[in-house]
Amino acid sequence: MSSSVIRQLKGRAVPVRGNDIDTDRIIPARFMKTVSFDSLGQHVFHDVRRDPQGKPTGHPFDDPRHAGAVILLANRNFGCGSSREHAPQALAAWGIRAVVAESFAEIFAGNCTAIGIPAVEVEAADAEALLRLAETRPETDLDLDLEALRLQAGGKSYPVRMPEARRKVFLIGSWDTMGLLLEGRSEIAAVAARLPYLAEFPYPRG
Amino acid sequence: MGKNLLDKVWDLHTVRRLPSGEDQLFIGLHLVHEVTSPQAFAMLEARGIGVLHPKRTFATADHIIPTDSSSRPFADRLAEEMMRALEANAARYGIRFFGPGSGLQGIVHVIGPELGLSQPGLTIACGDSHTSTHGALGAIAFGIGTSQVRDVLATQTLSLARPKVRRIEVRGRLRAGVYAKDVILGIIASLGVNGGLGHAYEYGGQAVEAMSMEERLTICNMSIEGGARVGYINPDQTTFAYLQGRPFAPHDGQWEKAVRFWRGVASDPDATYDDRFVLEADRLQPMVAWGINPGQAAGVEEKLPLPGERPAAERETLEKAYAHTGFTPGAPVAGTRVDVAFIGSCTNGRLSDLREAARVARGRKVAGRVRALVVPGSQRVADAAQAEGLDQVFREAGFQWRLPGCSMCLGMNPDVLVGEEVCASSSNRNFIGRQGSPRGRTLLMSPAMVAAAAIAGQVTDVREVLS
Ligand code: SF4
Repeated sequence: MSSSVIRQLKGRAVPVRGNDIDTDRIIPARFMKTVSFDSLGQHVFHDVRRDPQGKPTGHPFDDPRHAGAVILLANRNFGCGSSREHAPQALAAWGIRAVVAESFAEIFAGNCTAIGIPAVEVEAADAEALLRLAETRPETDLDLDLEALRLQAGGKSYPVRMPEARRKVFLIGSWDTMGLLLEGRSEIAAVAARLPYLAEFPYPRG
Repeated sequence: MGKNLLDKVWDLHTVRRLPSGEDQLFIGLHLVHEVTSPQAFAMLEARGIGVLHPKRTFATADHIIPTDSSSRPFADRLAEEMMRALEANAARYGIRFFGPGSGLQGIVHVIGPELGLSQPGLTIACGDSHTSTHGALGAIAFGIGTSQVRDVLATQTLSLARPKVRRIEVRGRLRAGVYAKDVILGIIASLGVNGGLGHAYEYGGQAVEAMSMEERLTICNMSIEGGARVGYINPDQTTFAYLQGRPFAPHDGQWEKAVRFWRGVASDPDATYDDRFVLEADRLQPMVAWGINPGQAAGVEEKLPLPGERPAAERETLEKAYAHTGFTPGAPVAGTRVDVAFIGSCTNGRLSDLREAARVARGRKVAGRVRALVVPGSQRVADAAQAEGLDQVFREAGFQWRLPGCSMCLGMNPDVLVGEEVCASSSNRNFIGRQGSPRGRTLLMSPAMVAAAAIAGQVTDVREVLS
């Protein structure tokens, strides 16, 4: 995956109501037994999409009206818990390209950013309006504009927030950080040279 | 105006300001395990890049390994595949790997401190959210995602925004039968599971200063459960005494130099903070996290909350918790039936935890119905516990004595809940499905409380057992 500029994103939404939806819920640990990310899309939200007998529960991710949605809508503290990047990777494999919520757990929002998925926040009332819109008129396109920090949907415009540094990496296309970090080679060496635990008391062989 | 530890360590490690406004931060210690690293190594390989500082990177296997037998290949083909990937990557890039059989294997957050790898003034990263644990030694330690694991491997740096710092003052003294686990559950219950977003927690005050290093590790471990990616405690005499003589701690000739540096990174007495919070330790009682997140915790003498009496923002999650657990609002948590007891994890799988649990188990018997497991956090913990006969105490009481690993903390290895089993657990997360069964239930508590629950077959105030 290489970095590209992401200014705008348009598409239908899938509503996932609820606060504190943790990454164990997004991708249960038992599906993380894999050395690649490829298989994760089919298991996203696995345990809430099936009841104990394995029957579908009518989760929005199985609702044909939301098939092809690219924006996930959620409430407070979305993505809390385990730091697994498997969670945004699973959402991305399903087709999600942006997440809109009242708030995010920090590591989750960072993991989204690292794979090119903007995670933006909206006011609680706006989250409710957007969730209801996606539930009642799932065919509606949402138009997320990171430059203007606005989300347009159903003839209305909602302000969105995200940390400025995060917004910038999408606008300048540097969300894939490795290349950028590698450019600092000489400065990295300078810091390594001044750190006492590298220069004066490095790890013994143990 | 004085500086706090976070600002000192951050400034020392800042490589440069990035165009995004975030800082490029040098990482002093990188810990790697089998679950979140294979994709990162694959990304490196795809781009033809090597590991910049293999001598500051250490690997262990913990999440997927079985705890009943270490024989290879593992029965679980997927687990075996992950293990082989880690072994191959460590060998290929010259990374020291503490595998089973090395005598040093264990849960990544147990071995970092006990081997002396985690030291004051370091920045520490690992692809695991409980990396906050290592902050107990006065380091800035945090969990990262797999793309960031790749970044550290390739550049020994990360792109990060500096967090704010909240000073958490734990005043007074803990009463008997009340532990570090109860302190951190009390803090999370007060500040909420997202109360720490954007913040590092600096823990201090009389109760924290009086704690051993192992107790401090328990506190910092669960910072992330309160939303704080970083939690730390200023290094002091307890820290230095803990580190002295450990395999990777500075040796004699360098010790003085190291201690001087370590003292220097502690927060200045007049350091400033973005926020402060005070907890009175002497009012705390043994806690039980009964719900579906670690903030839904109650004292063992308390009754479960009535949703109507809680702030509106909490109600929805509370109702979900009641729907999942089957508890009745207003009911006492004590007396809840327990089917499984788990003592272990990076929160409470250290020697002092096992000692406290053994004090309760000694001369008593696990209730007939209860499946009870003790899983040391590392091989060194296991060896030390066996040397003082704790394994015997547990076995005689009817506990299973297992090999080190993450075990029942999460459902990635054979140790899982079945169906609707209720587990008294010394781990850190009670999320739905965390212990492997989507219908299972997890009650988080201190190791001594877990031992008491195992023996009584129900949630019990450990102080009554001990008195
Ligand atoms: S013991 Fe649990 S929380 Fe700790 S590293 Fe293992 S799985 Fe994660």
